[in-house]
Amino acid sequence: MAEKILSARSGVDARAGDVVVCEVDYALGTDAATPMAIDYFEAMGGTRVRQPERFAFSLDHYAPPSSAKSAALHDRVRAFARAHGIHLWEVGEGIGLQLMVESGRCRPGGLVIGADSHSTMFGACNAFGTGIGSSDLAAAMISGQVWLRVPETTKVWLDGALRPGVAAKDMILSLVGRLGQDGANYQALEFLGPGAASLSIDERLVLSNMSVEMGAKAGIFLADHATRAYLSTRVVEPLTPVEPDPDARYAREIVVDLSALEPQIARPHEPDNVVSLHETSGTRVDMVFIGTCTGGRVRDFHEVLAQVEDGGGIAPGLLLVLTPASREVHFELLRDGTLATLTALGAVVTTPGCGACCGTAGMIPGDGMTVVSTANRNFKARMGNATASIYLASPAACGAAAATGMLTGPRVRV
Amino acid sequence: MTASIPIRLEGRARVLGDDVNTDYIITSARKRETIDERILKQYLLETLDPAFAASVRPGDILVAGRNFGCGSAMEVAVTVPVAAGIRAVLARSFARTYYRNAINNGLIPVECDTSAIREGDRLIVDLGAELTVRDEAQGVTIVARPLPAHMLRILQAGGLVPYIRAHGGFQVTT
Repeated sequence: MAEKILSARSGVDARAGDVVVCEVDYALGTDAATPMAIDYFEAMGGTRVRQPERFAFSLDHYAPPSSAKSAALHDRVRAFARAHGIHLWEVGEGIGLQLMVESGRCRPGGLVIGADSHSTMFGACNAFGTGIGSSDLAAAMISGQVWLRVPETTKVWLDGALRPGVAAKDMILSLVGRLGQDGANYQALEFLGPGAASLSIDERLVLSNMSVEMGAKAGIFLADHATRAYLSTRVVEPLTPVEPDPDARYAREIVVDLSALEPQIARPHEPDNVVSLHETSGTRVDMVFIGTCTGGRVRDFHEVLAQVEDGGGIAPGLLLVLTPASREVHFELLRDGTLATLTALGAVVTTPGCGACCGTAGMIPGDGMTVVSTANRNFKARMGNATASIYLASPAACGAAAATGMLTGPRVRV
Repeated sequence: MTASIPIRLEGRARVLGDDVNTDYIITSARKRETIDERILKQYLLETLDPAFAASVRPGDILVAGRNFGCGSAMEVAVTVPVAAGIRAVLARSFARTYYRNAINNGLIPVECDTSAIREGDRLIVDLGAELTVRDEAQGVTIVARPLPAHMLRILQAGGLVPYIRAHGGFQVTT
């Protein structure tokens, strides 16, 4: 599928290993990367953005800005967007990656890049989504193009279906643990099979998103009934999905039986330091963070609510921090009462955006705190404090930790 | 991001481990105050070694294991080492976003077997017909994976800024 998309966008018969120059369908610049991209744009002699309608900027990593200096960086992004007619997602609208998907910019068969490593997430909608830096974003604004080495592809065949209490997050943590942080370096992953078809778009987003935690360049699903249903209210043009040829060549094939998976957890300080959740059972937790481009969507908060309600509330002294991935998510959770209930129980709700994930906005853990989160990375100092210990787990496991004050298996409703 | 890069670099090896992620190279939280690499360079690799930044000398060459630059795509993870005077990074393998950001900023990414290289070794990186690394202290010459022609052209232009200034866009498909 990677070769097909990159061939269509480059106009040449692109094969794994080739370097091709491709036309970009859509590109995202976040506030973490766009100020530098503006510097590069000016240094490159850029005066106008070719096809500004293909670009969008998001103010998400520093939302809301916690210093005059980050506010000034936001103003620079706003001014550039205004001057060049580029769509801007303001502070509070959410995480750019999520908004790219919600707004229908990530379409089957498209090439969608983002100055954010988690742009692999766009693959959930059958797009070739990949992360670039600020200089590449600047060059794309000037030329409309990006150079890409066509990746080899690893087929990830998913059998079965997830059991109750086991989430897409558990599946991808298990794969990251199995393959390691460079286990899919430079490669495209294709998620295929009946298990892949059984996953909702929100679950596919989790797998595509964390594909980069194995070094993957992309993590692509087929477009199917679920994709069409999700995009039906978001895209008016006809969809142009791609699928692998029957004789497609793969560098490697991996089979995962979803029905055999159990809850997983990544221990400090690497996302591939993965074990079964029960091996960490009883570890005391100080803070639980629900949010990010990996684990901040509607169903994630429903899972947390179910665990907290079934567990009799939030454990005394525990900080439960909730950051919806977008305003659409936030609205839905307001409308259905999830946030009212969790707030009444003592949770803190923060501005939609990247929140506490990478220490740029939201709550920074205190010295020596143990945190469990629905995020994607637990590098030392990731959340802004090098003495904190960060665990990564599913929304349900995070909810169970919020209820009990310790790592423990989520309750399964029967 | 300026003049054409030299064909031959000499420098002192600064040895790091596997999976050095971009947050370790320069932590995201530092970017709240500035993205100016001339200021951020004082925090280079602080999470791994708080004394590292002060010990860097211009011309030093970073030598890492597998998967150097994994994690975020943030380009300060390249511009900060460049501002500190580092002009090449040797690693067994690179994360793809780091590799392309390095090329775009004229930092030479050298993919090679780094296991023989020790801290402080004098290294000579030669970008000739072959891409080689000479370790004077160990008395070995390591042949690195060649750079694809397209990437070499960007590097030889001095990075993506002078490349785009010269061509107005991407010129080649190879």
